[in-house]
Amino acid sequence: MSETSPKPRPLAGYNFGYLDEATKRMIRRALLKAVCIPGHQVPFGAREMPLPYGWGTGGIQVTSAVLGPSDVLKVIDQGADDTTNAVSIRRFFSRVAGVATTESTAEASIIQTRHRIPETPLREGQILVYQVPMPEPLFKLEPRVAESTKLHALADYGLMQVKLYEDIARQGEVGTSYNHPVMVNHRYLMSPSPIPAFDNPKMHMNAGLQLFGAGREKRIYAVPPYTDVRSLDFEDHPFKPVRAPHACAICGSEESYLDEVITDDAGGRMHVCSDTDYCASRPPLEDAP
Amino acid sequence: MTPGFAEPVLGAQSSFRAMLHALSHPGRIVALPDVPQAPAPLGPAMAALALALCDADTPLWHDGGAAVADWLRFHTGAPLAPAHAARFLAATSAPPALAGLALGSDEAPQDGATLLLQVSALEAAAGWSLSGPGIETTTALRVSGAPLGFVAERAALGALFPRGLDIMLCAGRHIVGLPRTTIIREER
Amino acid sequence: MYVSVKGGETAIGHAHAWLAEARRGDTALAELSTAQIEQQLSLAVDRVMAEGACADRGLAALALKQARGDSTEAAFLLRAYRTTLPRFGYALPVDTAAMAIHRRISSTYKDLPGGQVLGPTFDYTHRLLDFALEAEGLAAPPPAAEAKEEAGRMPAVTAILAQEGLMAPDLASDAEPPDITREPLAFPADRALRLQAMARGDEGFLLSLGYSTQRGYGNAHPFVGEIRMGEVRVEIEPPELGFAIDIGDIMVSECQMVNQFAGTAEAPPQFTRGYGLVVGQNERKAMAMSLVDRALRAPELGEAATAPAQSPEFVLYHCDNVESTGFVEHLKLPHYVDFQSELEKIRAIRARWFAERAP
Repeated sequence: MSETSPKPRPLAGYNFGYLDEATKRMIRRALLKAVCIPGHQVPFGAREMPLPYGWGTGGIQVTSAVLGPSDVLKVIDQGADDTTNAVSIRRFFSRVAGVATTESTAEASIIQTRHRIPETPLREGQILVYQVPMPEPLFKLEPRVAESTKLHALADYGLMQVKLYEDIARQGEVGTSYNHPVMVNHRYLMSPSPIPAFDNPKMHMNAGLQLFGAGREKRIYAVPPYTDVRSLDFEDHPFKPVRAPHACAICGSEESYLDEVITDDAGGRMHVCSDTDYCASRPPLEDAP
Repeated sequence: MTPGFAEPVLGAQSSFRAMLHALSHPGRIVALPDVPQAPAPLGPAMAALALALCDADTPLWHDGGAAVADWLRFHTGAPLAPAHAARFLAATSAPPALAGLALGSDEAPQDGATLLLQVSALEAAAGWSLSGPGIETTTALRVSGAPLGFVAERAALGALFPRGLDIMLCAGRHIVGLPRTTIIREER
Repeated sequence: MYVSVKGGETAIGHAHAWLAEARRGDTALAELSTAQIEQQLSLAVDRVMAEGACADRGLAALALKQARGDSTEAAFLLRAYRTTLPRFGYALPVDTAAMAIHRRISSTYKDLPGGQVLGPTFDYTHRLLDFALEAEGLAAPPPAAEAKEEAGRMPAVTAILAQEGLMAPDLASDAEPPDITREPLAFPADRALRLQAMARGDEGFLLSLGYSTQRGYGNAHPFVGEIRMGEVRVEIEPPELGFAIDIGDIMVSECQMVNQFAGTAEAPPQFTRGYGLVVGQNERKAMAMSLVDRALRAPELGEAATAPAQSPEFVLYHCDNVESTGFVEHLKLPHYVDFQSELEKIRAIRARWFAERAP
């Protein structure tokens, strides 16, 4: 069971949410434009944060700019609330903003995530903030940012189509099992961040607002609610979400995304839900009728 | 000089969140919880959005006269600019020709301006039918006091996407977001 | 019933306690004061100050103490602090020709106006460990005979070459320089932006790139026109005053590297300049920076740009050690969700591979 923890007292000597007001305004302006141009990467003046680049500075800056005193914040990494980076970020915001935190997807107004979309569907008004290591979906094919910017301007995504097709020719299926690129509102090719392809379909026509922050690369982008998001595929090779073909050993779910856990050194393993809140909200197997 | 937000940090945050919500759900009428007292003809909603988002980095155009100019400059520090060079425009009456405003480029469409447009009333009733990202099916919106020919003039920019203009309708302390992706159909 | 690994909160608490203990070390020994660090580990302080992009020796010393002497971690601490500071105004360009010189050398001239001033340098020392320093309570070294020169204006060596028309002029500009602390990098990056990024870039990275230009990756033919180090005046001009006021002095290191230029149909053969300026005493970095600056000018000088050091995107996107260390080290974070996908993927592909080869 998860419950919302009470609001702590914010840290003295820092502005609400850590960032100064001018920086927040700059990030907010970028966020608003990102919402108006779904899937387009908006450059922004990302600042150094007290956490290192690559550990969620983009997501933290977005959350800091969005967060208000009445928000309830949930932070997950790998789907779980108790992973070290999630604990560290949640603690950061409870210190610098004094906001209430929760592990419950349903109770949260803002959810900052790394690598997963919660199993519980979002509702209107909820905001999902993704930490993004590399916002440019074309970077492996075209590392020069000036060039990839042109390709986005022209909506020229032939490079990616060719790459996916070559995967299929070589290994019989698309090679990306996570961070599988999506087309947003039929216009922009977008990186969904390194979420498993299993989560991609959740982005389509989601009732919640999805915001993406890349701190080191200094880009912000967004998918508004109820927006068309399609995983790139081919008619004869439709997109296939990947999931371990097992049931959760704790709650028995056959729908959720599973972590594989090694239980001994003799090849023993089990599968449990990656989304700890989802798993805890379901009756455990022993209690099942 | 009338004051800005009672609590600047929280006023800016709540106004921004209202605008984020409004642009995420185009056509939906959103109330601002905390608005400043601005000199006429600057309405409370428009004043709140300007305070929340404008500063020395955002050239600002307005048509509100000297008292409004003083108030905006004092509270935001934004440099006043001609319409074509403005990042934000605060139009309390008919705005300049939309096609002449900053619309961004194909590589940097985010450089398109944000137009805050004051109208006399906003109602969730038949009038316009809106569709596009942020709208599950369609949203009905009735706008009183929109400039003549506004819908057609705005629609003409649609072919330029991703370049474009994002518009916030303001009435009293209420706002409606019209991102460049929203399609407006006028109903009879 | 298996209970999955929990307790991130407790683990972090224990780790931080252990870190605090490790930072302090043996409590039987006196604790280092930040003043001692600032005075006696001054080059480490300077490096942190330059890469932390904050000209404050006291804060840099504190960062070093907190970071257990790890300069990258210390630079990161300093950056995270400076980013929260309000900005009151913009300094005028500093005038290095009016520097209070601690060191000034040229390798292109045996002697030159103002003379060669070696200053406090490791150059020409024999690199032998001095075990005398192990002892405590040493007597203070005698005052240096070559006292700090309070020289007047010392013209730059490159200005001497320019008088003869041998040095391509670097035109002064009143254009507002870009500000990488406020705006993301944008390309094409002009020279002001490139120099700004390198001035707080990682010393090691710039050193390696500079070295690569000397080994054929970038076709450099450099000479040290001049290295100078000393104190320059920092002035601001508040709009309400309308004149400049002195807000203090800072130590800087400057290097002007002289390079050949073959000339084009439009421009005669002449020397061109690579420039490096670093806050504090750090001439190694100023030199490396000047090599890379010159390499990055290849397109404007009509040279083929084929080497890493000639690619503005390659250099500027990777020179920042706060960005680099964060992303490299983020690989320590759990990635098991994605790895799970990879497991399923490779099993499927292997199954197909074996099935296709089954007799």
